[in-house]
Amino acid sequence: MSHTLAEHQPGFVPTADACVKIAVRGLDFFYGDFQALTDITCDIRDNSVTAFIGPSGCGKSTFLRCFNRMNDLIIGTKVEGLITLDGQDIYAPGVDPVDLRRRIGMIFQQPNPFPMSIYDNVAYGPRLHGMKKKADLDEVVETSLKRANLWKEVKDILGRGGLTLSGGQQQRLCIARVLAVQPDVLLMDEPCSAIDPTSVQKIEDLMAELKSTVTIIIVTHNMQQAARVSDETAFFLQEVMGEPAMLVEFGRTADIFTSPKDKRTEDYITGRFG
Amino acid sequence: MKDMKRITNALALAVFWIAGLTTVVVLGAVILYVFVNGIGHLNLAFIFTKPHGVNAEGGIWPMIVSTMYVTGLAMVIVTPIAVLAAVYLAEYAVQGRLVRIIRFAADTLAGVPSIVMGLFGLALFVEGMGFGFSVLSGALALSFLMLPIVMRTTEEAIRAVPKFIRWGSYGLGATKWQTVSRIVLPAAMPRIITGLILATGRAVGETAVVIFTMGTMINTPLLPTDPGRSMTVHLYQMAMEGINLPAAFGTALLLMVMILFFNLSARWLLRRNRRMQG
Repeated sequence: MSHTLAEHQPGFVPTADACVKIAVRGLDFFYGDFQALTDITCDIRDNSVTAFIGPSGCGKSTFLRCFNRMNDLIIGTKVEGLITLDGQDIYAPGVDPVDLRRRIGMIFQQPNPFPMSIYDNVAYGPRLHGMKKKADLDEVVETSLKRANLWKEVKDILGRGGLTLSGGQQQRLCIARVLAVQPDVLLMDEPCSAIDPTSVQKIEDLMAELKSTVTIIIVTHNMQQAARVSDETAFFLQEVMGEPAMLVEFGRTADIFTSPKDKRTEDYITGRFG
Repeated sequence: MKDMKRITNALALAVFWIAGLTTVVVLGAVILYVFVNGIGHLNLAFIFTKPHGVNAEGGIWPMIVSTMYVTGLAMVIVTPIAVLAAVYLAEYAVQGRLVRIIRFAADTLAGVPSIVMGLFGLALFVEGMGFGFSVLSGALALSFLMLPIVMRTTEEAIRAVPKFIRWGSYGLGATKWQTVSRIVLPAAMPRIITGLILATGRAVGETAVVIFTMGTMINTPLLPTDPGRSMTVHLYQMAMEGINLPAAFGTALLLMVMILFFNLSARWLLRRNRRMQG
C-alpha cells in the first residue's frame, strides 16, 4: 500500500470503497506527553477478520480502542490523524462516541458480565436504546444467544446470574450481549487469553460464522490463533522503549505468515523475540 | 546466634498473643458486666411500657421510640444527599484539587467531636431555625455527623466496582448516567447499604448530639417537632443522677444488642454479596 502526502492532510476523507469498512490515515496517539503510536495507516476490509499481533506493550490494544473511542474515557489521551467508518470521520466534531459504540461493539480480555441475570445481560443494550416490549426483548435475547452459540447451554437458566457461568460461557455471553445491539464491527481485545482451550475453540468457530455479517478486529498474543482465524494481519512493534510503536507490516494473513516482506516481521513470526 | 533468633521470635509471638488476648478480655469483660447487670431487668414490660414515678421505674418504651425515630429520620435525610455527593465525587468530578479538598473536609467533619456537633445543632436548628428541642433538630444534627461517614463509604463502594464492568456498559453505547444508574450503583449497593447500617449503629449510640438537640424530656414523639429522650440520654440520666441504676444497665444491654444487631446484619450483607459475586 502506498499513500500520497495529500492523504495525510487533515480533513482528507478517503473515497468510500465498498470493501473498506474502516480506513486509518496517519494516526498518532498520545497518553499525555507520551506518544504511544505513530503514523499508522491501514484499511480494514468489510466482512473479514483482521488480526493485530505484536509483542506486549506495542500499542495493539490502544489502537483497537481508537476505533470505538474507548480511549476518550481515559483522561489525557489524544488522537491525531484520521479514522473513518464507512467513509465518515469518527473523530469529527459532530460524532457522539455513545452512538459510535453502538455500531462498534467490543469484547474484552476479561469476560465482564454485569452482576445480573443472563437474560438481563443480553437485554441490557437493547433496553438502553429504548426497546421495552417483552416479546421484542425475548426475541433479541434468543437470537443473540443463538448467534453466540450459547443458547443451547443457557436456554433453561436465563434467570440465573451471568457470573455463575464458566469463563468461556461468560465470554460468549459478552459476545451475545454485544450482538444484541447489532453492531457492524466487533473489536476483540485478546478475547481468549483468560479462558479454557475448549471455549477458545468455540469462540474461534464463532468468529468464522460471524464474519459474514460483522467486520471483526482481534488483538491476540497467540500467533497460531491469528493464523487460524484471520484474513488479514497487522504486525505492530515498539522498536525502542519510550518511543512510539508503529505498524510494521499489514497484509493477507497467508502472506504475512509465509513470506513476510519485513525482516522484523519475520523475526517475530519465527519467534526470535516477543 | 540461632538461639537469639529463636528467642526473639518466641518473645514477639508472646507479645502479640498477649496484646490480642487483652483486646478480647476487655471486650468480653464489658459485655459480660453489662449483661450480668442488665439481664435481670430486661423483659417485655421493660421494653414496651412507659416509665413512671420519680425514679423512672417501669419501662423505656418512649426512649426506644425516640431513638428509632431520630435515627430513622436522620437516615432519610442523609442517604440521598450522601449517595448523590459520593456519585458526583467518584464518577463526575474532575479529580483534582477541589475534590481533594471536599474529601479532606469530609474526613475532618467525620472527626469533629460529637459534642461540638451537638452545640452546633443547638445553635443552628434548636435556636436559629426555631425547631426547638425536637426529633427534627436531633435528626438534622445527627445527619451532619453521619453525612461524611456515609459519603465516604459510598464513594469507596462505587470506586470498588471494577473498571472493566463499566467498560462493558460504555462499549454497548451507554451514556455515563446509564452506566452509573444501571450498572455501577446496583453493583455497589450491598456495600453502600453496609455503610448505611454501620452509620445507623453509630447514630443509635450517639449521646452528645441528641442531648443538645432533642432534649431530655420523657415523651413518646409523634410529630418530628415533638421533643424526646434517646436511650443513651436516658442511660446517662439514670446512671449519673443515681436514680435507677438497674434501669441504666437494662437500657445499656438493650443498646448493645441493637448495635450488635446492626453490625451483624452489615456483615451478613457483605458476606452474601461476596458469595454471589464469587
